[in-house]
Amino acid sequence: MYDQFKTRAEGVSAEVHRFPTPATALDFIIGFLRDEGVADAPGRRAVWADCPFLASIDREQLAEIKGLHLQVSREQAAEAHVGISQMDWALADTGTLAQDASAIDKRLVSTLPFIHIALVPTAGLNPDMPTWLTQVQPKEMGYLSLITGPSRTADIERVLTIGVHGPERLIIIFVDELGGTH
Amino acid sequence: MQQEFKQSIDKALHNANLTGALGKFSEAYKVNRAKAYEGIDFEELRGRIATLKSFAASHLVELADQFQRNAEARGAKVFRTSDPVKVREYILKVAQDNGVKTVVKSKSMATEEIHLNPYLEKAGIEVGETDLGEWIIQLAGQTPSHMVMPAIHMTKEEVSDLFSKEVEERLTSDIPRLVKVAREQLRPKFLQADMGISGGNMAVAETGSIVLVTNEGNARLVTSLPKIHVALVGIEKLVEKFSDIAPILKALPRSATAQLLTSYVSIITGQTPNSDGSMKDLHIILMDNHRSEMAADPMFKEAMQCIRCASCLNVCPIFRLVGGHVFGKVYTGGIGTILTAWYDELKSSEYIQGLCIQCGACKDVCPAKIDIPGLIMEIRRRLVKDQGVPLLQKSIYSVVNNRRLFHGLLRAASVAGKPFSKGTKFIRHLPLFLADLTDGRSLPAIAAKPFRDVFKTIVQPKNLQEKAVFYGGCLIDFAYPEMGEALVKILNKAGVEVLFPEGQTCCGAPARYNGAYEVAAQNARDNIEALLAEQATYVVSACPTCTVALNHEFITTFESLGQSNIMPRARELAAKTVDFSTLVKKLIEEGRLTLKDGQHLGKITYHDSCHLKRTLHAEQAPRQLLQQAGYELSEMFECDTCCGMGGSYSLKLPEISAPILQRKLKNIKDTGAPLVAMDCPGCVMQIRGGMDQDGAPVRVQHTAELIAAQLKD
Repeated sequence: MYDQFKTRAEGVSAEVHRFPTPATALDFIIGFLRDEGVADAPGRRAVWADCPFLASIDREQLAEIKGLHLQVSREQAAEAHVGISQMDWALADTGTLAQDASAIDKRLVSTLPFIHIALVPTAGLNPDMPTWLTQVQPKEMGYLSLITGPSRTADIERVLTIGVHGPERLIIIFVDELGGTH
Repeated sequence: MQQEFKQSIDKALHNANLTGALGKFSEAYKVNRAKAYEGIDFEELRGRIATLKSFAASHLVELADQFQRNAEARGAKVFRTSDPVKVREYILKVAQDNGVKTVVKSKSMATEEIHLNPYLEKAGIEVGETDLGEWIIQLAGQTPSHMVMPAIHMTKEEVSDLFSKEVEERLTSDIPRLVKVAREQLRPKFLQADMGISGGNMAVAETGSIVLVTNEGNARLVTSLPKIHVALVGIEKLVEKFSDIAPILKALPRSATAQLLTSYVSIITGQTPNSDGSMKDLHIILMDNHRSEMAADPMFKEAMQCIRCASCLNVCPIFRLVGGHVFGKVYTGGIGTILTAWYDELKSSEYIQGLCIQCGACKDVCPAKIDIPGLIMEIRRRLVKDQGVPLLQKSIYSVVNNRRLFHGLLRAASVAGKPFSKGTKFIRHLPLFLADLTDGRSLPAIAAKPFRDVFKTIVQPKNLQEKAVFYGGCLIDFAYPEMGEALVKILNKAGVEVLFPEGQTCCGAPARYNGAYEVAAQNARDNIEALLAEQATYVVSACPTCTVALNHEFITTFESLGQSNIMPRARELAAKTVDFSTLVKKLIEEGRLTLKDGQHLGKITYHDSCHLKRTLHAEQAPRQLLQQAGYELSEMFECDTCCGMGGSYSLKLPEISAPILQRKLKNIKDTGAPLVAMDCPGCVMQIRGGMDQDGAPVRVQHTAELIAAQLKD
């Protein structure tokens, strides 16, 4: 399923990675944020919505990253360069990420910044939409989000253009040993 | 109005940007759509969607009740009304009660339908569209030309002019840069807005959820950032179960934009927290506006199955020439014609329904299995019922139905037109108001002797084992008797005697396609009587439109008019009726007919006639016959796209018919084949006439003529 997911997601311009543990994934993220020039300056900050991943790592490492905020306000999210959140599920046949996004910070960090890093527990992989729909309880999850690739439009002369109102880049990181909320 | 309508067509046809952009898009769409559906059983999928949407259309009140209960249990406020005025008032009241100054909107056709923006703006509220296409047309002061791609009619240069004015800076027409500008301009509007207004792609009764499908991410922002969210949902969007989401989400993005899934899908069930910790003020408006009347109509209930993918626009040979604005201000294209007739009024569709050439391309791709051309025909019928048949048309039908008189008049016109045919088999120019008819296409000269008279001179072998009744139809009878002669020759060879009952008359298609069902029904009765009077195994026709009349449309015409007494006879005729190529292929397979061996007849291309392919599904038989005869088949691009003939369509809207024909001629010539075959004398008339004026050395033949030359002695 992972291979199918990767093919489909890359087909819609997402970038897909996989790590065995939260610690190895964290190393990647720290390197990524450094390369992206994340800093404590307007337009260069990063925001990270609360999630189980944060509970499974050594938070001390995060303190070294200047400009990374774990308390997310809409103002911070609106001017952040990178947003990080944990997704709950993935749908292999379309390369889609799914999330109980009832908590608004999850939507802010995945929509407003230029880059969205999405962490996914590998165990959350589902083959397809019908299977996924049987697992979610909409009455308990007021806002379910499905994300397939970065934001896109073809409204001007049918030319595909990435990054309209949402992120220009979607970085998907599967973590094998990661628990989820659902 | 008629003149205004013709002018809007003329304007669209002369807009090179529009026809260029739409033409390119429609070509790419077909390829991409097919790719998106790879590995999916489309018939099974659309069967499921049709079933679940049809169920919803039969249970609108129950599902709306259930939706309301479930959404309200989760803190939403649900407002139900049939009246667009009340919808506008409700939204304005919510806005005023909460001191709303600015609104951001994600794309919603329902708000277009009720003209919400000007109403709110008049009350002093600033309304900003955020879907890129919608924002472009808002800046341009226009209306959407396409349900999914509202600004498809505009070029990047036009967009850069609009944006330049908006940001007071001269921008180039670099598309990624223009998209950035939109992001920068709209971002503060999202953050400041007091209210977000969205539509809804689905409303799930079982859970009280609304489902929003977008690509840009604007619907996520519209439903997340402002503290108030108003969703306006037409009741045709109701579905019963949460699991019903899956098939619709499988088809909608594939059919709409050839995507496996859009970038974003949001499933919203009740209130969620705002960023300041308060709860979202969520209002869901379920709007009727004639939808339940539509659902109560036994024929139009089917249109409630629409999931608004707009694939009927994308494959329409007319839409790609004229674009959306010719259809009106809100819903466009095939389904748009039907929705306008209901949400507005029947009379509003009076002119636009005439744009449909009845080629059936949209019916083939509709993921909700709606017979769009069939429903447009029904609109025509009801318009004629309300308004009567125009006098001129009436007198034409009385002539058409009198075969001797019809041929006499045509022949007289043809002889009078001698100076125009210059001794060839074509009429190339006609004087005065008839000139349009020969613009880009020559008309066939009328045969001196109609087939009904030629037939009497044909000597058929004695003691043939089986009989077939031949139904000629107007064109073979009056213009192309040689096609009839070819058919007789072939069937005789296979041991079939051909009968040609004199009482046969027009198949009724011209009357039916113009909504004159009473005339068509009389044609049907006359033909049933004439054709069933003879004892024969088959009734065969070499014209697919006639064949469809005999084996489908007589029945549906009687059904529409509630004439059931004749139905058993109509069914008996239908069961016997077969098209030329299917019958000949069968005779060959039975070993009763053999073609010459080892022939190398060179390259040929084949044009699919609309009725043969999409109603009779007989597109393989002629291809197999021609290849068996020794032709090397080279398929043309868009082989099954209409040639623009459409019976009287080419007479009523020659300005649209002509460019469709030009496209067909180019596709034929591009194959390099010196010969093109087809099974319909109407298509022969259109394409042969077009080739004559074009001057290209391509022969245009009916399959019957080509096969008749390759029979083994």
